Amino acid sequence: MATNGKIIGVNGNLIRVAFTDAVVQNEVAYAKLASGVKLKSEVIRIRGDYAELQVFEDTTGLKTGDDVEFTGELLSVELGPGLLTQIFDGLQNPLPRLATECGFFLQRGKYLHALPRRKKWTFTPVAKVGDKLTAGETLGTVPEGIFKHRIMVPFKIQGTVTVESILAEGDYVIEDVIATLKDGEGKIIDAKMSQFWPIKIPIKQYAERLRPDEPMVTQQRIIDTFFPVARGGTYCIPGPFGAGKTVLQQLTSRYADVDIVIFAACGERAGEVVETLREFPDLLDPRTGKSLMERTLIICNTSSMPVAAREASVYTGVTLAEYYRQMGLNVLLLADSTSRWAQALREMSGRLEEIPGEEAFPAYLESVIASFYERGGVVRLKDGTKGSVTIGGTVSPAGGNFEEPVTQATLKVVGAFHGLSRERSDQRRFPAIHPLDSWSKYEGIIDVAKVSAARHILAEGGDVNQMMKVVGEEGTSMEDFVLYLKSEYLDAVYLQQDAYNDIDSACSAERQKYLFGKVFQILKTPMTFKEKDVARSFFLKLTQITKDWNRVEFQSQEFKNLEVQIFKSVAEAEIHV
Amino acid sequence: MYKVYHRIERIAGSVITVKAEGVAYQELAQVTSGQGISLARVNRIDGDMVDLQVFAGSRGISTESQVRFFGKPMDTPFGDSLLGRVFTGAGVPRDNGPVIEENSVPIGGPSVNPSKRIVPTRMVRTGIPMIDVFNTLVVSQKLPIFSVAGEPYNQLLARIALQAEVDVIVLGGMGLKFDDYLYLKDFLEKNGALSRSVMFVHTASDPIVECMLVPDVALAVAEQFATKGKNVLVLLTDMTNFADAMKEIAITMEQIPSNRGYPGDLYSQLAARYEKAVDFEGSGSITILAVTTMPGDDVTHPVPDNTGYITEGQFYLRKGRIEPFGSLSRLKQQVNGKTRSDHRTIANTMIQLYASFRETLEKQSMGFRMSGWDQKVLKYGERFEKEMMDLSVNIPLERALDLGWTILADCFNPEETGIPSKLINEYWPKKG
Ligand SMILES: Nc1ncnc2c1ncn2[C@@H]1O[C@H](COP(=O)(O)OP(=O)(O)OP(=O)(O)O)[C@@H](O)[C@H]1O
Ligand SMILES: [Mg+2]
Repeated sequence: MATNGKIIGVNGNLIRVAFTDAVVQNEVAYAKLASGVKLKSEVIRIRGDYAELQVFEDTTGLKTGDDVEFTGELLSVELGPGLLTQIFDGLQNPLPRLATECGFFLQRGKYLHALPRRKKWTFTPVAKVGDKLTAGETLGTVPEGIFKHRIMVPFKIQGTVTVESILAEGDYVIEDVIATLKDGEGKIIDAKMSQFWPIKIPIKQYAERLRPDEPMVTQQRIIDTFFPVARGGTYCIPGPFGAGKTVLQQLTSRYADVDIVIFAACGERAGEVVETLREFPDLLDPRTGKSLMERTLIICNTSSMPVAAREASVYTGVTLAEYYRQMGLNVLLLADSTSRWAQALREMSGRLEEIPGEEAFPAYLESVIASFYERGGVVRLKDGTKGSVTIGGTVSPAGGNFEEPVTQATLKVVGAFHGLSRERSDQRRFPAIHPLDSWSKYEGIIDVAKVSAARHILAEGGDVNQMMKVVGEEGTSMEDFVLYLKSEYLDAVYLQQDAYNDIDSACSAERQKYLFGKVFQILKTPMTFKEKDVARSFFLKLTQITKDWNRVEFQSQEFKNLEVQIFKSVAEAEIHV
Repeated sequence: MYKVYHRIERIAGSVITVKAEGVAYQELAQVTSGQGISLARVNRIDGDMVDLQVFAGSRGISTESQVRFFGKPMDTPFGDSLLGRVFTGAGVPRDNGPVIEENSVPIGGPSVNPSKRIVPTRMVRTGIPMIDVFNTLVVSQKLPIFSVAGEPYNQLLARIALQAEVDVIVLGGMGLKFDDYLYLKDFLEKNGALSRSVMFVHTASDPIVECMLVPDVALAVAEQFATKGKNVLVLLTDMTNFADAMKEIAITMEQIPSNRGYPGDLYSQLAARYEKAVDFEGSGSITILAVTTMPGDDVTHPVPDNTGYITEGQFYLRKGRIEPFGSLSRLKQQVNGKTRSDHRTIANTMIQLYASFRETLEKQSMGFRMSGWDQKVLKYGERFEKEMMDLSVNIPLERALDLGWTILADCFNPEETGIPSKLINEYWPKKG
């Protein structure tokens, strides 16, 4: 039931609209320019006889008196086969197709279908006539790249429906009715291969939510060993500019042990998305032997694109992630950067003249962040299979100071904290995750006691280093000095990982277990040296060979040779009692 | 056909309010008062009350002043006739040349579709070893120069502009000291580069709103040249003044500030400008170098901080030199693997050794004993500072790399540098 209104005020991307009939909070409306171009907007506040709308486009040219069409529909995305490998903007416009139509520049008011209309999909029915099903249960499947894409009973349906008819195996387009369903009141509902779902409402058509207890291996040693992330868990990466948030997410999007990666570039640089876009099609996913692009979906609302759509972009991302979770898949959603989305909220809150909280962020910032991360999780589906959505968000704190509202609100809700440190990135110790400040509540792949012993060495070695700055090497005992060198060794060969080396950039769980065992053994070996210089050059050399060891194929002949070499030199330094 | 209004309801800062009908958001208008004529732009509409930002400020505007709406948003003329010319932020000639009115193009236009972007691959040669060798500048990069007042950043900009092989230079000056403006203009003129330059200059004594317009106008013109196949270098100095102008206007508009008085959309505003940097496939490009002065030399100040989150690295200009630490070109790895086989190694090795030099200096200052190695490192550091870091050094990349090998060989044995033997065999200078 669409109604119409008229603009009575314009302030940046906020417009005030007088209306007469009913208006729904968060419904989509279109503001009409004199040229006839319609700008997509969302109702964000209703006050008496006028509503306030955020416009997802530049509002230049809108006037008092211009028409606004309300649609009655909440801001939604289209779900169906053909989402993967695509690049959407925050409102699910396919950017490459937009480019074919409009050229180099984005054009406001241009909205295209997210899914190709004419593409045929080979549908194989699973349900039979007479089956009684509920929302989210499988009607049939179509192959989408490497996945079996489930066509499900539309999520909006309430209660049980009976399958009245279902198409036989064959090729169909997404708008074909593939099944008719009868609900409890005898009403007939058409089910198609695609359906729409409002992005701010979680998709919950599963049996139950489970505790995230399986590690999601990222192949980054410092994460998997020290600050693991679980499938269905949530984590955040705060860090000052240039500390390596984006590079870390790019590495994760490449190597994480999940079925699907959704990358939401939210208010960051367009150039970074382009790297992924151009590289992924040529990179092979070792798990499937297919191009990495086949498991990837990019939502791209970069910093110069309309600010209001930033918020939409993270919700679009998480909704698509939940959709694939419904198919029993493990999905990873990476959002870079959640701070830009928080800033978009702040801008809008300012225009609405709400009472500002800390640093002018709105008072509801915390609850918005919390409910976003709450959409992650492992679930058991109605057919018993499991699926998960893992969420990793970067945070860009002002001045690199973690004591700010977005970081603090995020830390309250996530399960792991990978804090990047300016000091470490300046020293080019990448990934620059701080090994002492960071934490994780999830179980990793390595024995907790050993990991905590290793962290202990890092802490003590760091203390010795601090002391040494005051008293000099001369004033440091050999025992302390060796402890310091050991902590530096652990840092150099285990925590640091060379993102630009083909082999070192990804370290499998198996290799981590092996390497950690060996390094731990070296750390526990009592050693002494005649002089500090001897100790230093011993560790320098040991570090060098161990780094070389990291750069050769696991368990190759070269790997074995280097291992022998490492332990031979360790044996020479060992104290024999 | 233009609508004219005579009654101004409110005047505050550079913002005036008129009661008017049928006026569009961002529409351009002209305000005529006893002080003369100024352009103005609509920045808020509330029913029939229209707020306008007056480019020349509100001084001298009376409640009876005349406001005439143009029925279109702000634009800028474009064409080759812009080359060699100097304008204000509002597009008025500053050089006694003729007014240009051809080919109006809108300013602050839409952003480039990310899927049309390409991975940048072309190096910009500057002749400055601290850039070419250690933090290579790349075509389509956006990079700020972080500095404090008093550093020779405009000289650095001018030099890069001259040496970079670009087709067009667009210079945007914001809050420039008049002397600096003349310096930049004379420098380009003396070196024969003015004829491929366009300057949009706001000086410290000009109206504040015009300061805010400079980046948009400069980038709109740059974008036009770039879509016509030209490689354009945009120089912006000083973006902190631009941000301060926004701050001032936001405060007069009674917006709630977020951080040290700056408006909450500072990041988005800066990003909208910087993201204009682009390499159009099959056409031209825009590279942006922008001075950002850091109040109190504090990089966590909102302007440098937000800038760092937007740009692709940064150069720190300190004590007349580009600092090797902290300075970073995030795009360098796109190009420095293809210049010469020793480029990356020389860059990494020399920086590591220079880091040891700094550590050694610290140890020395604390009175710790200097070993033989320390002595070598000290000698190296001094030469590095004098022959590589000094901004007066002006040599092409290849000669800078050769010089790197010479300095290394004069100070160290090959194995002390940790350079792979393959490169040592190829490049290490043979003692004659
Ligand atoms: N793992 C890594 N290995 C090697 N270099 C790295 C690594 N991570 C980051 N870097 C270096 O640091 C630079 C900045 O990294 P990145 O773009 O990820 O920072 P960021 O934290 O996302 O910054 P911003 O907040 O400005 O987006 C990279 O261009 C690269 O030179
Ligand atoms: Mg980043």
